[in-house]
Amino acid sequence: MFDFTQVIDFLPQLGKGLYYTLLISIIGLLIGFALGAIFGLGRISKNKFFFIIASIYVEVIRGTPVLVQAIWIFFALPIITQYNMDSITAGVVVIAINSGAYIAEIVRGSVDSIDKGQMEAGRSLGLNKHQTMRYIIWPQAFKRMIPPLGNQFIISIKDTSLLSVILVPELMFQGRYIASNHFNAVEIYTTVALFYLVINFSLSLLLRYIERRLKY
Amino acid sequence: MITVQDLHKRFGDNEVLKGIHCEVEEKEVVCVIGPSGSGKSTFLRCLNLLEEITSGDVIVDGYNIRDRATDINMIRTEVGMVFQQFNLFPHKTVIQNVMLAPQKVRKLSPKEARQRGEALLEKVGLAEKADQYPSQLSGGQQQRVAIARALAMEPKMMLFDEPTSALDPELVGEVLEVMKQLAKEGMTMVVVTHEMGFAREVADRVLFMDEGIIMEENTPDIIFNNPESERTKDFLNKVL
Ligand SMILES: Nc1ncnc2c1ncn2[C@@H]1O[C@H](COP(=O)(O)OP(=O)(O)OP(=O)(O)O)[C@@H](O)[C@H]1O
Ligand SMILES: [Mg+2]
Repeated sequence: MFDFTQVIDFLPQLGKGLYYTLLISIIGLLIGFALGAIFGLGRISKNKFFFIIASIYVEVIRGTPVLVQAIWIFFALPIITQYNMDSITAGVVVIAINSGAYIAEIVRGSVDSIDKGQMEAGRSLGLNKHQTMRYIIWPQAFKRMIPPLGNQFIISIKDTSLLSVILVPELMFQGRYIASNHFNAVEIYTTVALFYLVINFSLSLLLRYIERRLKY
Repeated sequence: MITVQDLHKRFGDNEVLKGIHCEVEEKEVVCVIGPSGSGKSTFLRCLNLLEEITSGDVIVDGYNIRDRATDINMIRTEVGMVFQQFNLFPHKTVIQNVMLAPQKVRKLSPKEARQRGEALLEKVGLAEKADQYPSQLSGGQQQRVAIARALAMEPKMMLFDEPTSALDPELVGEVLEVMKQLAKEGMTMVVVTHEMGFAREVADRVLFMDEGIIMEENTPDIIFNNPESERTKDFLNKVL
């Protein structure tokens, strides 16, 4: 009754969707990681201004749904700025700023969790604050970040499926397009789901491997 | 080497150091004893500005460390510190722990830093542990690595904050041995300790701290056999 062999005909189109899903996830998360590192350090900074900016960013993003963020950035922001973004750029921006806020909290938590004695040991040896962060605190915090970062990466990859509403030609968008034209919802959506599952499960395995290789 | 004048330290409303005066001469070993909470650690941590000083002056190696013009990182390279909890860097091997600061601060080449590191590990009896991680070592071994790490900066003086308090009793001796050796070589040392045997044997002078002041300052001989202050007597009766 269900004919999964027909999925083969749609693989090129789904493959194109997969390409955009991965492209947006990777670029978005790379930028998101940079944002997270900067604003995460802002959240532990003694500089009031930096702290407040970082806190506002984190709270605004955490307090609003990613779907609303996507629609706002694609449909509302251009009206304010008089500058039209193409949907793929908008998609990258959404994933970057959304994941950035959560990653900032991960960074803050991990850096905070490193024993205070580590900073003191570094400083007592004459390393300055920046050097101590770079050589002592950050590498240890990074290891602790891996599991929650992995979680966030997976959430963000799944969030890209919401970008179909702003016309990003990613996997879910292609799936919807095919299913509505060929009335094969079961076959296509099952396949789409499997694609996400494979991506995320591979990512899980990769992260577990990296974590194990950091041996201390 | 170290001059402390009317040092006060407050945490909020809690005045922990209430006017400390003291001098530490070059090559002198000064032990600081006293009850828990009397401010020994705070005092020691003020000497390299790990704690902000509320008022008073601390002059280390000729520099007033509270002076804005003083480069505190430079001062800290001259003042090694050993902590109760070792505070080794867990993500680095033993030799990397020892090599890090000489490379980054003293700008030694990796080769020079390694040579220096290996020599120091040899000195503390841990040459064969160079490539292990701190978590693979016993507490006593970790503390000896911490001493080697501090010495790698070739400091002019060393501060020890209860270096053996976190150790199992059978591991205390090996750390004290290393410290005795250092003292013998003429290192200037300030040692906060509960090891009265060590203080008696190694110290040139003992400071008894109580409630944020130095209650008595004397040679170990007088402190342990004939203390001038009643408080010192009470304290020693309790701990000895
Ligand atoms: N960071 C801090 N913030 C607030 N209070 C502090 C802080 N550090 C120390 N204190 C307080 O200062 C007092 C002295 O502490 P300190 O650690 O110097 O004592 P100590 O003589 O080293 O004691 P111990 O023998 O237990 O190590 C204590 O009452 C402690 O609660
Ligand atoms: Mg203490």
